[in-house]
Amino acid sequence: MERFAALIDALAYQPARNGKLRLLVDYFAQTPDPDRGYGLAALTGGLSFAAAKPALVRELVASRTDATLFALSYDFVGDLAETVALIWPQRPGSNQPSPSLSEIVAALAGAKRAEVPGLIEGWLDGLDATGRWALLKLITGGMRIGVSARLAKTALADYGTARGVAVDVDAIEEIWHGLTPPYQPLFDWLSGSGPRPDVAGTGGFRPMMLSHPLEEGDLESLSATDFRAEWKWDGIRVQLVARGQPGAARIYSRTGDQIATAFPDVAAHMGFTAVLDGELLVARDGRIAPFNDLQQRLNRKQVTAKLLKDYPAWVRIYDILFDGDEDLRGLPFDERRARLEGWFARSNPNAMDLSPLLDFQNWEELATLRLNARDSAVEDGAIEGVMLKRRDSTYVAGRPKGPWFKWKRGPLVADCVLMYAQRGHGKRSSFYSDYTFGAWRGEPGAGGELVPVGKAYFGFTDEELAQIDRWVRNHTSNRFGPVREVSPGLVFEVAFDSVHSSARHKSGIAMRFPRISRIRWDKPAAEADRLETLERMVVS
Amino acid sequence: MPATDPPPPPDSWVRPCPPEQGGGLWVEPGGFHVDPIRAVNRAIISHGHSDHARPGHAHVLATLPTLDIMRARLGEGAGGSLQALAYHQPLRIHDVTVTLVPAGHVLGSAQVVLDYQGSRVVVSGDYKRRHDPTCAPFEPVACDAFITEATFGLPVFRHPPAAAEIARLLHAGQVFPERSLVVGCYALGKCQRLIAHLREAGYDKPIYLHGAHLPLCELYQRHGVDLGELRPATAAAKEEMRGAIVLAPPSALMDKWARRLPDPLIAYASGWMRVRARARQHGVEMPLVISDHADWDELCQTLQDVAAPEVWVTHGAEEALVHWANLNGFRARPLHLVGFGDEET
Repeated sequence: MERFAALIDALAYQPARNGKLRLLVDYFAQTPDPDRGYGLAALTGGLSFAAAKPALVRELVASRTDATLFALSYDFVGDLAETVALIWPQRPGSNQPSPSLSEIVAALAGAKRAEVPGLIEGWLDGLDATGRWALLKLITGGMRIGVSARLAKTALADYGTARGVAVDVDAIEEIWHGLTPPYQPLFDWLSGSGPRPDVAGTGGFRPMMLSHPLEEGDLESLSATDFRAEWKWDGIRVQLVARGQPGAARIYSRTGDQIATAFPDVAAHMGFTAVLDGELLVARDGRIAPFNDLQQRLNRKQVTAKLLKDYPAWVRIYDILFDGDEDLRGLPFDERRARLEGWFARSNPNAMDLSPLLDFQNWEELATLRLNARDSAVEDGAIEGVMLKRRDSTYVAGRPKGPWFKWKRGPLVADCVLMYAQRGHGKRSSFYSDYTFGAWRGEPGAGGELVPVGKAYFGFTDEELAQIDRWVRNHTSNRFGPVREVSPGLVFEVAFDSVHSSARHKSGIAMRFPRISRIRWDKPAAEADRLETLERMVVS
Repeated sequence: MPATDPPPPPDSWVRPCPPEQGGGLWVEPGGFHVDPIRAVNRAIISHGHSDHARPGHAHVLATLPTLDIMRARLGEGAGGSLQALAYHQPLRIHDVTVTLVPAGHVLGSAQVVLDYQGSRVVVSGDYKRRHDPTCAPFEPVACDAFITEATFGLPVFRHPPAAAEIARLLHAGQVFPERSLVVGCYALGKCQRLIAHLREAGYDKPIYLHGAHLPLCELYQRHGVDLGELRPATAAAKEEMRGAIVLAPPSALMDKWARRLPDPLIAYASGWMRVRARARQHGVEMPLVISDHADWDELCQTLQDVAAPEVWVTHGAEEALVHWANLNGFRARPLHLVGFGDEET
């Protein structure tokens, strides 16, 4: 555990991508099996055990420490796991050996619920402060150290390359979903002591090709004639792996999770043999429903007949990776598209269609299409923007810069009034950095009231944060623990992707992905937007 | 005075002094201040850090290394007349007997032991209980009132062994052999202790120093502290600095000065590095938790070792330590002294 703790401690302070890679490679080189495999799994989200709740950690620490001393300490440190890790008083003479990462993983996987507190207590006694911090991060399920699965795999490739094995990150991605922790065959291969792991027959997920957001000025250097464009659909990205009969069908999410059992209404029509890339959506009578409808179908183990009827799933296909057993990924986009259209005409499956290519001659025309997407009569709310794909782009794993871009449509904005502010965590633990804001129901000053419409905690600079924090402290009208209610007076321009009706919110609406786009120090609160304005934006 | 009289209560003859009357502690029957923050007639100085050793006193009493440090840093301002007092040598000043006892904080640092009519007060100054090759270790002195610092007076501050932190630094040197390792540290005490710990760990290459760190290292060497080969960082070629360890004041880390170094890996040695949010505020890549102040466990242990019925807590997190001390049978109270904790952490 010490090595893993030292690794994530160092990663947490390491800003540079190259530096992180070096630390990871060093960890793989210095750590024996199976610990390094479990460390890799922890970093790539591959460990699953019932996470310990923060409440359990609080109870454990309360049994060992004085309440006043703990409160003073937590107030200073601002992070629960870190406070507990630092303050934890080892029981005198407990003499617990420090647990290895694999011991921890194995014990948690096999433990009954009632045994978990005792296990954790014993480990806390056996570890030093950094080890305890890493353990608490691991078991409460929030690593947040700025390492993506992709970066960890890149480090694996670096590790193998340094040992004379011909490997790159795509080669790792290609076999990744056939592997499970602690990845012994993978490390054997990368260390030069074993063959490349054979993952045929393990399900056939192929790593997806991802796009970069289009940035200011990108278009100037790109030629419209080199690109194809499609709508960017607001669903979830899926890969259909069809193997001749519906019972063998696999539907993978972007991260490689298998979700076919949750979508039998799509899997039932996958009797063909192909690997397809597309967007999972809800559609009624050929019309795509808003993302909110799809959400009713996500993260469910069981689907009821009523859900299937009310929220029918649909896949809009935009790429073909395998036609039969033929790998098409090395073909340019235009050739794959031709193969896709040919395949679709032959197979004509139910519950799916093709994502159309957009007709445009130059960037201005495409920009107009994108701007009007929100107002277009067809399927408004289901389009997030447009995708640009180079006509000659082969299908490669990961997020290469250049071949594919996503060009999201502009966000919606509204002027809202700050109502509540809550203290943040970590670096922001002494700042009021989480804001709940509202819009006016009725006339301000004439019986009208503010109703909360959303919450945001980013979109401002550190300097602005300090200014807002000061404003909050000077305009507090009420306190509820870490939350302060403020008198209406500060207006935020809030940007958001869409508005949905919501029975759970007092205002009756919910914003998707709200963030602060500007602070309107100049604007009187009474001139902020009315709830009706937001209600008119609701996607139905 | 009849022999049967009880000793005077400590707070009847040692008192915190308002800043406008000199600050620090005023010892009335001796007619002197301890660590005053304004210029006074007679001052006893616990150690050379600038929040304790202020300029302009008419008469200064301290250990010889502390006086040397004051001369090096303050020049003429070190004081009118400087009198050195060796550890463990009692000196009578009016009705008070003064004895200096090692505090383990930096070279020359002393606890000031004050005896008056059978009452004993110990002013610990800043102190630590850890191993430090560059200064004499702290010695607990039984007393009626113990005045303790509380810089790290919260139970989250429990410093790891310095050797383990040094090992992390040296390991980083192996992972990043082409970068220079720049360690931010204070010029007096921390700098020399880091060098000594590196030597203990077997690191025998030259260690490079920012110009601000050179004079005090030379002073330590004159007092017999072996620091191995030291070189000024400014004189070295960039290539020579790859893989080298460089010590610099924290203020230089983010300054143009650090740009002369090849891809510097920024470390920072301080007890505050224990808390992640603090370390991130400094933008460091490698926080090293090495402190010259007692951590929580050392503070509590020291109160028990000294076994003074009265504990007065100054600069730092007084509230938590006072709470702990009262729970554990001491009569503890905060002593609100102004002007400390400004230089060294």
